[in-house]
Amino acid sequence: MTNRDSLKIAVASGKGGTGKTTVATALALSLAEDTSKPILFLDCDVEAPNAHLFLKPQFREEKPVEILIPEVNEELCTYCGKCAEVCQFQAIAVLSQRVLVFPQLCHGCGSCTMICPTNAIHETPKTIGVLQKGTAGEIEFARGVMDIGEPMAVPIIRQLKKWVAPLKPKITIVDSPPGTSCPVVESIRGSDFLLLVTEPTPFGLHDLKLAYQVAKELQIPAGVVINRENGVYEELDEFCAQVNLPVLMRIPFQRVIAEGIAKGENLLNILPEMSEDFQNTMDVIKTLVKKGK
Amino acid sequence: MKIAITTTAPQLQAQLDPRFGRCAYLLVVDSETMEFQAYPNPAINAPGGAGIKMAKFVSDLKPDAVISGDFGPNAAEALRSANLAMYLFGESQSVQDVIERFKTGKLTRF
Amino acid sequence: MKNLVILSGKGGTGKTSITAAFANLAKNGNPPIKTVLADADVDAANLELVIKPKRVASHEFIGGEIAVINPDTCIRCGICEQICRFDAILPPDSTRAAYQVDPIACDGCAACVYQCPEGAIQMQPQKAGYWYHSSSPFGDLFHADLIPAQENSGKLVTIVKQNGRLQALDSGASLLIVDGPPGIGCPVISAVAGADLGVIVTEPTPAGAHDLERALQTVQHFRIPALVIINKADLNPDMTQAIKDASKERNVDVIGEIPFDPLITTAMKQGQDIITYQPNSPASQVIQTIWKKIIIRLSLSGEEL
Repeated sequence: MTNRDSLKIAVASGKGGTGKTTVATALALSLAEDTSKPILFLDCDVEAPNAHLFLKPQFREEKPVEILIPEVNEELCTYCGKCAEVCQFQAIAVLSQRVLVFPQLCHGCGSCTMICPTNAIHETPKTIGVLQKGTAGEIEFARGVMDIGEPMAVPIIRQLKKWVAPLKPKITIVDSPPGTSCPVVESIRGSDFLLLVTEPTPFGLHDLKLAYQVAKELQIPAGVVINRENGVYEELDEFCAQVNLPVLMRIPFQRVIAEGIAKGENLLNILPEMSEDFQNTMDVIKTLVKKGK
Repeated sequence: MKIAITTTAPQLQAQLDPRFGRCAYLLVVDSETMEFQAYPNPAINAPGGAGIKMAKFVSDLKPDAVISGDFGPNAAEALRSANLAMYLFGESQSVQDVIERFKTGKLTRF
Repeated sequence: MKNLVILSGKGGTGKTSITAAFANLAKNGNPPIKTVLADADVDAANLELVIKPKRVASHEFIGGEIAVINPDTCIRCGICEQICRFDAILPPDSTRAAYQVDPIACDGCAACVYQCPEGAIQMQPQKAGYWYHSSSPFGDLFHADLIPAQENSGKLVTIVKQNGRLQALDSGASLLIVDGPPGIGCPVISAVAGADLGVIVTEPTPAGAHDLERALQTVQHFRIPALVIINKADLNPDMTQAIKDASKERNVDVIGEIPFDPLITTAMKQGQDIITYQPNSPASQVIQTIWKKIIIRLSLSGEEL
């Protein structure tokens, strides 16, 4: 559980490309203007980590992410096939007097090693990604990066969260992956508040409803940022009102923003006056979190 | 020769199935007599690694060749280590067609 | 029957809007191309929002399994907790008499099932979503919904695509259009397998360019010919040029640059595709040119290359 004077906010979106990273980085930058409160930015979108493009951190520390995968000693192996039988992921196969290990499918659970009757399996670490830590101005920045060709994001996110736990910042901003499946749940678990970034379109609304379900399931209070607002999209506001999901911020649609982001600029560089809006949003979030407790 | 072919139904008239790991059926056909045995894919419900599970299943049937639309990297590695010859059915339209092309050496070796 | 798959490395590039426009152009082309649609982006299945289909049939989808401990046979030895590497076993406390599995943390590895000395743990399949057959003005549509917080997998993508394929074959359609998921992982591999042509939609941003590279690697691994569309191309002309250069190096044609056109979003809000909404808008015109190139590539146009 988080202690009373620290706050963890996860920024998420059901749909990709809604501006989640734009909002998360702008929020962090606006809060960093008050240097008395240390901020940690955590990029958990390990499949496509992009926050560094906007915050431009200097990395000082690095740590590989490893899982333990089986290695078979064929001298001890009797090809009984038990290992393949217990593996739920087909990561080990026994084919005509040969044992094949598929490291990319292995979840590192150790089940095959434990079951082997002749102790022919031992475990060896395999790198599936890397964790990096550094600073971007006043902001502590940490991220996980999944190696190309690796399918499993969850262990990287889990280890990233463990790695930064001793930092004890006042405020943590988590940039979560898009979607609603496991990596998202792992990223936002344990947060005090969930900031859902959406866009006022049927696609945005459809995927916001899914993201809202995740928030409800995890019992995390949530609020909405409507990005690229261009005229009224009543259905979106109706949904938010109906399920009691407060709309905390509306970012207007402006071509200058789209162009700036495309060049890799952060939102506060493009529109510095928005900093205040983000700080106000943060105050509302704090009130909502207190009320929820 | 015993030829394993991925299909969408358990008949000789079935459409070919382009995926190896998640094919609907595997037909093991005797290329001379056209006698066959059809097996539903035991890996169709595997959440992951379907290609490997299927490769293990096929290798236990000991065919002389395996023919499908494509082989994923894991399935290919498993089949290779079981010393099974893999071929792509390419433009073939039917099981009959595949067998003809196989006999005349017109299929691409994977 | 030809199989066209539309992909994007990154979410939000406009892939689904473009897919819907293609479906319209196929149906209303000269000659019309009978098409079946499969929405393989099961994590965020949005195609139905623009083509307004009627549901014909719904089916339950059973996904992965998680462990469940029987509290009556659990002897509270704690072995499961010791061996679980996913911190998914909760020890007995005031609220529970036996060990219990945290369903969110459980990875489904079943190691505890095999190590429990009492056989008190079993794997239980989880209902992970639904898949549907619908009929739309542009042809039959196969699509699915995942229950939020459930594991996405190639399996549901395969069900959607396979049923689309069978329907296309049964109904004599000459084209299957698959709206693929974003990313590069297992669901994408399931979506691209067996395709005749992959069209990758990207946008001129640092993230878009980076993720395009990964998507191209995936498609080319499966030896599927690939074409690239740059959406919102005028937002960053330098990056657009960089994407064109990188594609050329990989021997991949960029078959169109769609200008940033807010009408695409307006059309989507009306629940329409851009071709229905504004056939003469800047984006519509470019999409029509792109579509002509695609059907020539698929030998569906009746014209010579």
